[in-house]
Amino acid sequence: MPTLQHFETDIDDRYGDLDSRTDSDIPEIPPSSDRTPEILKKALSGLSSRWKNWWIRGILTLTMISLFFLIIYMGSFMLMLLVLGIQVKCFHEIITIGYRVYRSYDLPWFRTLSWYFLLCVNYFFYGETVADYFATFVQREEQLQFLIRYHRFISFALYLAGFCMFVLSLVKKHYRLQFYMFAWTHVTLLITVTQSHLVIQNLFEGMIWFLVPISSVICNDITAYLFGFFFGRTPLIKLSPKKTWEGFIGGFFSTVVFGFIAAYMLSKYQYFVCPVEYRSDVNSFVTECEPSELFQLQSYSLPPFLKAVLRQETVSLYPFQIHSIALSTFASLIGPFGGFFASGFKRAFKIKDFANTIPGHGGIMDRFDCQYLMATFVHVYITSFIRGPNPSKVLQQLLVLQPEQQLNIYKTLKTHLIEKGILQPTLKV
Amino acid sequence: MTELRQRAVREPDAPPEDKESESEIKVDGETASDSESRAEAVSLATSADDTPEVLNRALSNLSSRWKNWWVRGILTLAMIAFFFIIIYLGPMVLMIIVMCVQIKCFHEIITIGYNVYHSYDLPWFRTLSWYFLLCVNYFFYGETVTDYFFTLVQREEPLRILSKYHRFISFTLYLIGFCMFVLSLVKKHYRLQFYMFGWTHVTLLIVVTQSHLVIHNLFEGMIWFIVPISCVICNDIMAYMFGFFFGRTPLIKLSPKKTWEGFIGGFFATVVFGLLLSYVMSGYRCFVCPVEYNNDTNSFTVDCEPSDLFRLQEYNIPEVIQSVIGLTTIWMYPFQIHSIALSTFASLIGPFGGFFASGFKRAFKIKDFANTIPGHGGIMDRFDCQYLMATFVNVYIASFIRGPNPSKLIQQFLTLRPDQQLHIFNTLRSHLADKGMLTATTEDE
Repeated sequence: MPTLQHFETDIDDRYGDLDSRTDSDIPEIPPSSDRTPEILKKALSGLSSRWKNWWIRGILTLTMISLFFLIIYMGSFMLMLLVLGIQVKCFHEIITIGYRVYRSYDLPWFRTLSWYFLLCVNYFFYGETVADYFATFVQREEQLQFLIRYHRFISFALYLAGFCMFVLSLVKKHYRLQFYMFAWTHVTLLITVTQSHLVIQNLFEGMIWFLVPISSVICNDITAYLFGFFFGRTPLIKLSPKKTWEGFIGGFFSTVVFGFIAAYMLSKYQYFVCPVEYRSDVNSFVTECEPSELFQLQSYSLPPFLKAVLRQETVSLYPFQIHSIALSTFASLIGPFGGFFASGFKRAFKIKDFANTIPGHGGIMDRFDCQYLMATFVHVYITSFIRGPNPSKVLQQLLVLQPEQQLNIYKTLKTHLIEKGILQPTLKV
Repeated sequence: MTELRQRAVREPDAPPEDKESESEIKVDGETASDSESRAEAVSLATSADDTPEVLNRALSNLSSRWKNWWVRGILTLAMIAFFFIIIYLGPMVLMIIVMCVQIKCFHEIITIGYNVYHSYDLPWFRTLSWYFLLCVNYFFYGETVTDYFFTLVQREEPLRILSKYHRFISFTLYLIGFCMFVLSLVKKHYRLQFYMFGWTHVTLLIVVTQSHLVIHNLFEGMIWFIVPISCVICNDIMAYMFGFFFGRTPLIKLSPKKTWEGFIGGFFATVVFGLLLSYVMSGYRCFVCPVEYNNDTNSFTVDCEPSDLFRLQEYNIPEVIQSVIGLTTIWMYPFQIHSIALSTFASLIGPFGGFFASGFKRAFKIKDFANTIPGHGGIMDRFDCQYLMATFVNVYIASFIRGPNPSKLIQQFLTLRPDQQLHIFNTLRSHLADKGMLTATTEDE
């Protein structure tokens, strides 16, 4: 059928544009309008353009940091909501870029499907993680019990419904575009949603596991910028011409020191150090506990050369501060790769910023690109070196077993605990 | 694996390696020009060339349509026979086969990506794709194998350390690949490199996770591996037969050859097939028992007391069918009821995996994923309907058949801190006491 083939060749010209070998064929995506508030503009109208930009960035940085402190004060639940909000906004930003790249605003069903998949994956993750923490609350409600027990099945069924809708929505002339957007959505979900859930899991471990890594990344950003600004000479990587080796190394050392000090200050407060628990009696989150050994001051003997410098035999540190060195090192050495990845992405798709949500800084994604790998690292670090499996999850799985299996396990555990002397053998009543 | 099978079929012929590489080169040459519409005509010629000489000579006097039918038929029987042989050889060989199929599928999809983006000469990219495949496999195998080989792993010191820090090691390996990717970004090829990065990750998500779920199902009991896969194959064949003989109403624009008659006929035939197959298999321990690693003999054993699912029970037949069959009760394995669910999924939702693959092939203007199997296309073409089945079976087992693994729970418990252990123990004790399961004698032990 010659007419059909001719039509498809026209589409191929469009696809040829999309899959072109070099980046030069790609059209520039016009930037969104400037969102700097009028107030700032008036106040800074007298300064030159370079300093004006510097001031806007500075003020917005301080605003964001204050907002951060405010939410920390408001508690873990607000933090969870904030993380969720950021996740949704990041997803939206990346998907919007996909629409613009593929000029696919008018694909049938596609926006609905992207948001539907976001909902499904979030539902799955929240069910897996959050449900553990609400175990006592969940035990009371019958419907929630049902949802938890068949959680995987329900999530899978929801995902399948989306998958089948996608297959049914395939339209003859737009197959390739639709597959591209499908893949784009899935990769975005993989990046944003998994990271945000790992962040929330870290948060539940203790707010300090949330605060210190994020602050280290922010500190590294700021100090690397400052060191680069004042001392920068040798370029670091072709991808980001503004980064310099001086900034990189200076940022590394400052971040380690900052992390060390922040860890010391935060380790004192139960509010930051204790795992977040949901208490059913007060129906809210509480952070009250006996701080673990990580957060109890211990004496470390200094190596000889430090002894001479500091003129002290020993120093009292929290063991957590040693861990904070590992976290800060990762934040300064590997975290920037997340930033380079995002820079490469922006160059690949010829955009200056992910969006224009924050004046002077770009989109939410621009601020969080370095955090990308940090959350996963902290989670893997905690599960490998700090604690084993999640106790609430173990408990929840225990409660789901058959009664005979529970009884068998109970007997095994009892024997084990008595052997270890954790449990005293009970007397006959 | 495919080499083995092809060698068996083509023995009198030229060395199979040459043939295969020849056809690969042809595939590359053809699909590279996929922006032109003549690709379809050319790839058809390629698949005909791939048929072994023996078959070609035997069928030379038949018409083209019947010849194609015979080639497909013979290859189908060859693949089914191969399937039986592997089942006979045992779980270890099955695991290896699954792994090979996974690698071949990954290779096929990545090759399509290279062809689509004309990106053979991207720096580092092939190395990185295979490296990511290795990382993700290492992560998954570590997670699953550790559970099943727990006692073996605890004995050997290096294995114990590897398993304790498994997630950290896997993450580090992945990070290295990620940093290599960032460092390999080249000025003029940013977009292509990001596309291939995305393509690799989506392929890994599809191919590797499915294959590991298949292995999980396998360890649950070989019947959980064989019945679903057979149902999908049966549905494929039955739907084709029903469509061939009775097909009239087209099913979906994506696949013009599929018909409603084929779809519905295939559904009923598959359900019946599933019932019969489960009945036959539930009688044998080697299919029904979970695969376990025996420390003493250092091999896999399938020996156990069959669970309730695999013991004949009497079911009352509803009145409607009583008059038809003339029996009041019937002896069935409970597993057969589950097999109805599995067959239903295989017939109703499984085809969506096939439509997805058809849409993918149309989107990228390829006729088949590759030309590995004569008359059928690539490995991926055969496994596209299995795509969703493995996940469904795994989720089904986890939700309806068994809960969490008790021995695994005990292991996790033993790694917790003493105060956490005490807390869980007390909660369990109060829970059991509420249920009235704790008697005075239990407390004395």
